[in-house]
Amino acid sequence: MRRMETSSSPATLIHRGKRFEVRCGTTLRDAVRKLGFSPESVLAVRNGELVTDDRILQPGEEIQLVAVISGG
Amino acid sequence: MKCRKCGAPAAINMRQHKLALCRSHYLEWIPEQTERAIEHYAMFRRGEKILVAVSGGKDSLALWDVVHRLGYAADGLYIDLGIDEGISYSSKSRALCETFAAARSLTLHVVSVPREYGATIPEAARNSQRGRRKPCALCGLVKRHIMNRVCREGEYAALATGHNLDDEAAVLLHNAMTWSGGYLVRQSPVLSATRPGLARKVKPFCRTYERETAAYTLMSGIDYIYEECPYSEGSSTLYYKDILNRIEEDRPGAKLQFYLAFLQAKEQGLFAPGASGEAELHDCPQCGQPTSAPGKCAFCRLWETLGTSSAPFPTPHPPTTSPS
Repeated sequence: MRRMETSSSPATLIHRGKRFEVRCGTTLRDAVRKLGFSPESVLAVRNGELVTDDRILQPGEEIQLVAVISGG
Repeated sequence: MKCRKCGAPAAINMRQHKLALCRSHYLEWIPEQTERAIEHYAMFRRGEKILVAVSGGKDSLALWDVVHRLGYAADGLYIDLGIDEGISYSSKSRALCETFAAARSLTLHVVSVPREYGATIPEAARNSQRGRRKPCALCGLVKRHIMNRVCREGEYAALATGHNLDDEAAVLLHNAMTWSGGYLVRQSPVLSATRPGLARKVKPFCRTYERETAAYTLMSGIDYIYEECPYSEGSSTLYYKDILNRIEEDRPGAKLQFYLAFLQAKEQGLFAPGASGEAELHDCPQCGQPTSAPGKCAFCRLWETLGTSSAPFPTPHPPTTSPS
């Protein structure tokens, strides 16, 4: 049976394999900052497509945060 | 947010440029910007043969893709460092480079450090003074030597590396914190071949944000190694990049301004000639590469100490994967 998404359902952000449930209705940029990541250090991918960080998070959606900083 | 050029949904927003673009316009924009940098800093010209140092990471593979798409004659060089202990880091990155080259019918030179010199980088580091604490310095020494050698032997006009703006700004901040005059004077988009035996080195992505190169690889569908080198954890580069990104968050464009203003100040004479204390260079009697002190270079001394390879060093021509 298909699960009903309600406005209280969280969105999920995934960073290096770790899953974070975040509140919907806020921008992706704000959610990333709240998790303690710099928005400058990640790219957001939803359903295989890059999305900009002004996106308002929707109930139940999953967004991959791709870390872009490397160094050694 | 909409693409400024066509109004389609944007795939990336670059606050530093006040520019949002869709996928197709972004994939045009990055090569245009790279071409501008190549021309602005007179890095190389069409018709010249260049060598791109590839690691399997996003920056170097994106660079190779871009210069190839722009129509430059660009071969690749992959150095297998033998960092495989339990994680297959080198094996994976080598396979990615080979797949990338084969898909585009490009020539990839591969130099295997363990096969040619008798020890992997971790093994060499464990058994030498230079790398005992951390192998990064030793790894840098080995890579610089091999890149220079292959570039010189292959008669390439330039060695192109995937250093991006974040790399350059992080190094600049590090060196400014310690006022390392010698390093500051030498930091440049182009390192000229100041004497025979030294390859000309260029950084076509020096004005391109790391976030932009990553976006290019993702949008182009280039498969790259996402995992970090296991030895990069806790590196000073990552530390300074993080600080700069915190500044960038509040002041979009700060990293670019920091770097470009430095280059401009240098051009205007901020650093007096000679402040670098540039050392006289000598030829290593064993390998012939330039070295700062008379006698054998650090690279030759390293392998001599380890007793894993005998002089003279092998392979005037590296193993090559050529398009069939």
